Amino acid sequence: MKFSEIKKRADDEWKQLQQSKEPTLFIGAATCGRSAGALETKKTFQEEFEKRGINANIVEVGCLGPCWAEPLISIVKPGGPNIFYKNVTAKRATELVEKFIIGDDPLPEFALGLVGDKGDYDIPVLWDLPNFKAQQRVLFRNFGFIDPTNINHYIANDGYSGLEKAISMEQTAVIEELKTSGLRGRGGGGFPAGRKWEAGLQAKEKEKYVVCNADEGDPGAFMDRSVLEGEPHSVLEGMIIAGYTIGAQKGYIYVRAEYPLAVKRLQDAIHQATDMGLLGEDILGSGFSFEISLFQGAGAFVCGESTALTLSMEGRRGMPKASPRPRTTEEGLFDKPTLLNNVKTFSYVPQIINRGGAWLSAIGTEKSKGTAVFALTGMVNNCGLIEVPMGLTVREIIYDIGGGISNDKTFKAVQTGGPSGGCLPKQFLDTPVDYDSLKAAGSMMGSGGMVIMDETTCMVDIARYFLDFTQKESCGQCTLCKLGTKQMLNILEDIVDGKGQPKDIDILLEIGKAVNGGSLCGLGQSAANPVLTTIKYFREEYEEHINEKRCSALACKALISYCIDADKCKGCTICAKACPADAISGEKKEVHVIDQSKCIQCGMCLEKCPKKFRAVECVPGRLNEGGK
Amino acid sequence: MADKIELTINGQSVKADKGMTILETALRKGIYIPHLCHHHDLDPVGACRLCLVEIAGKWTKIAISCKTEVQDGMVVRTETPEINEMRQVTLELLIADHDTDCLACEQNTKCALQRVADHVGVNKERLQRLKSREVKAPIDDSNPFFNFDPNRCVLCGICVRTCDELQNVQAIDFANRGLGTKIAGFGDKPRIESNCESCGECIVRCPVGALTEKDYMKPTHQVKTVCSFCGCGCGLILGVRDNRLVSARGDVSSPANKGRLCVKGRFGYKFVNHPDRLTSPLIKRNGEFVKAEWDEALDLVADTFSKNKGEKFAAISSAKTTNEDNYVLQKFARAVMGTNNIDHCARL
Repeated sequence: MKFSEIKKRADDEWKQLQQSKEPTLFIGAATCGRSAGALETKKTFQEEFEKRGINANIVEVGCLGPCWAEPLISIVKPGGPNIFYKNVTAKRATELVEKFIIGDDPLPEFALGLVGDKGDYDIPVLWDLPNFKAQQRVLFRNFGFIDPTNINHYIANDGYSGLEKAISMEQTAVIEELKTSGLRGRGGGGFPAGRKWEAGLQAKEKEKYVVCNADEGDPGAFMDRSVLEGEPHSVLEGMIIAGYTIGAQKGYIYVRAEYPLAVKRLQDAIHQATDMGLLGEDILGSGFSFEISLFQGAGAFVCGESTALTLSMEGRRGMPKASPRPRTTEEGLFDKPTLLNNVKTFSYVPQIINRGGAWLSAIGTEKSKGTAVFALTGMVNNCGLIEVPMGLTVREIIYDIGGGISNDKTFKAVQTGGPSGGCLPKQFLDTPVDYDSLKAAGSMMGSGGMVIMDETTCMVDIARYFLDFTQKESCGQCTLCKLGTKQMLNILEDIVDGKGQPKDIDILLEIGKAVNGGSLCGLGQSAANPVLTTIKYFREEYEEHINEKRCSALACKALISYCIDADKCKGCTICAKACPADAISGEKKEVHVIDQSKCIQCGMCLEKCPKKFRAVECVPGRLNEGGK
Repeated sequence: MADKIELTINGQSVKADKGMTILETALRKGIYIPHLCHHHDLDPVGACRLCLVEIAGKWTKIAISCKTEVQDGMVVRTETPEINEMRQVTLELLIADHDTDCLACEQNTKCALQRVADHVGVNKERLQRLKSREVKAPIDDSNPFFNFDPNRCVLCGICVRTCDELQNVQAIDFANRGLGTKIAGFGDKPRIESNCESCGECIVRCPVGALTEKDYMKPTHQVKTVCSFCGCGCGLILGVRDNRLVSARGDVSSPANKGRLCVKGRFGYKFVNHPDRLTSPLIKRNGEFVKAEWDEALDLVADTFSKNKGEKFAAISSAKTTNEDNYVLQKFARAVMGTNNIDHCARL
């Protein structure tokens, strides 16, 4: 079938949905939505529609981004705008059916925003909300709007037209377009994509591979998963274009098995694309053939590193190869030239070909082009997936998009780049978020995790947390990473446990520098970052823990105390009854006292003390017996 | 003749062949660069991180010398304060994770870790702050010929690569992750249950005392010989102590085996001093074997042979003997005994 016919059929189907005489319900049903209850919400809608004899279209879509609003749905009534509703539980679903779908009250109090003609609706335009206004949705343009399981939805929204265009271009012209765009690898390394593809094309071997790295493993990061679940075809299209450009015959997607829905979406997408002749033999009659298979990773974080990933695919132990070594584009999978890019990198490509490289290079900063995708988590009001132009400041991300620090607390640090990124304090709030600025500040872009911390976060404890992760995920072959991270972790555990020693900071710095300087792969070479940056920017916290045995953030149990304010205690005995350690004594209607030698700092007394009294206090440091 | 390359190591001009690594070049020149995971028979992996050197250039960089090939005009420094600091930390990490009962270790004085420690030295205060593992891993003594002590293992991977690259057996590999990483057979079962052929090539290459021969005793002198187990003719160096054989190792100078051995050659020498071994010929008299002198026994054989020439006689030779011996036996059968009844145990 010609592409124009495929396109027409897709456009017709899309138009039919747009002009449907029946209401259409879009349900954000990616993994994030599902864990918030999207499928129960969907079921409720279905039952309600059935019960009331309403004909409606129900479409499962990918993730729009705002996790805090899940389950997130949108409703289009014939002729009306697309109205997004937040936190749509089963109960709210019933209400929406009654009031909005049957009645005509759009329930603005539950709405997040609308897309389309605002008309008389008392609902803000979605893209004008502070949460969305600073964002620029390039990769995300279709997330929440198209059905990822329906290839026609993708095609109707310019899908596969990049491929059609690319296969009519010279291979070098595709590369030129990529170079013009300034696209850099989105896996974290930031290597210019155009140059990598060029190396792939120049590799002399006949047999070549394209590999998509979908082994997203950073704790708290879910950008790639959302792309795979929200628009799997964009990744396939990018890979097919890559295959054409470098002259490869086979592509693999290395996707982690812990992403079952993404795996399913990809499998379905591969079948659909193959059925339509967009993948497989003689793609769109061009004579170019390309296959894509999935390879499910077995859960090792380090397999996200390119050489470990290819070894793992070969059935060997996934361990990075030491430099100096040939680039993957020279010697990769099965020792053949391999073009390996991240999910998002491939996902950008169709649009770059469609709109031209100059379009992407107009977004972002001088050296970091395009948009950056972050999983914004931690102590911000609006957690979720965001896409912003490169160069937006940390402040804009936290306060505009993230809606500020949650619970009216103050900002303390931001951690970017996954477990081996760095923690940057408030003087970096106005740092532009791009590859080079973050690196210069001592952190990194990474694949897109962004964790916000407030004053209740103890920086020693957070360093311990991240190091615990990297230490467990070290592949175990190189001495510095395997043993160095463990010894640093031991010292950090001592410090948060009140057993820190005066020389500990120096020793941490010495080991940290050796680990970062001498380790074998990127994981080890950045493993000490959380420790080094927290010492650099929050040294006083380390000193306080070690020398004064206090944790001002009140996070380290061994370095805090609970006490009862004699002026406020009314002797209600609730705390004494709740204390699991029998550490609280006091007669009824008399002031209670915590025996510090028995107290295990569980915080139960503070939690149980009635709000009207607020007599229990948590203070830094260990108090002597007898209380305050 | 390989292309010659000229480079500078620690200010000294050094010649090398194209394709050689910095480490190989330096070691050949007598310049020691600390290393654990390098072995000249095996592909480099760069895991121990000790052989870091500084290479001057547009951007001075630190690289592992075991994997970096020499280039003309290269300027290499093997000792800089930065590198020494990193090496020292690496060494201390290894020591803290190592069973340091060196005097009780078979590898004492031959241990590569001892050599690194001797060269690099430690920062005692820092080393004291490091913690050793609380629980020692059990020693795998399931193999009749050797023991594996994970507490002395530095995870250099030389045994894994030996088993894979040289022996093509792949009985062992790295298992687990992070600090739990260890060398194990399939399913982490005792070594004897793996497909290990007990060739012992890994023991020879183990730079520390993790893989050691059972009942090891240091020989007082050594004897160069040829293995008697089969016709391969592997060069063997037997270790002798108190007129008893106590060790066997491959002769690196032998073209037949270039220093390598199989399980028989390496471990099968104990029969020599075994009390059950026959040390004189026996002649059966009145239904019982009786000790005899060599002359008497050989006379009896010659006498019996000469009475039984022709088709009555048959000879079977052995794969344990050399080609030359087999040739002589068939000649003897045909020319002396007058029969074609000659066969060989390996002719199937």
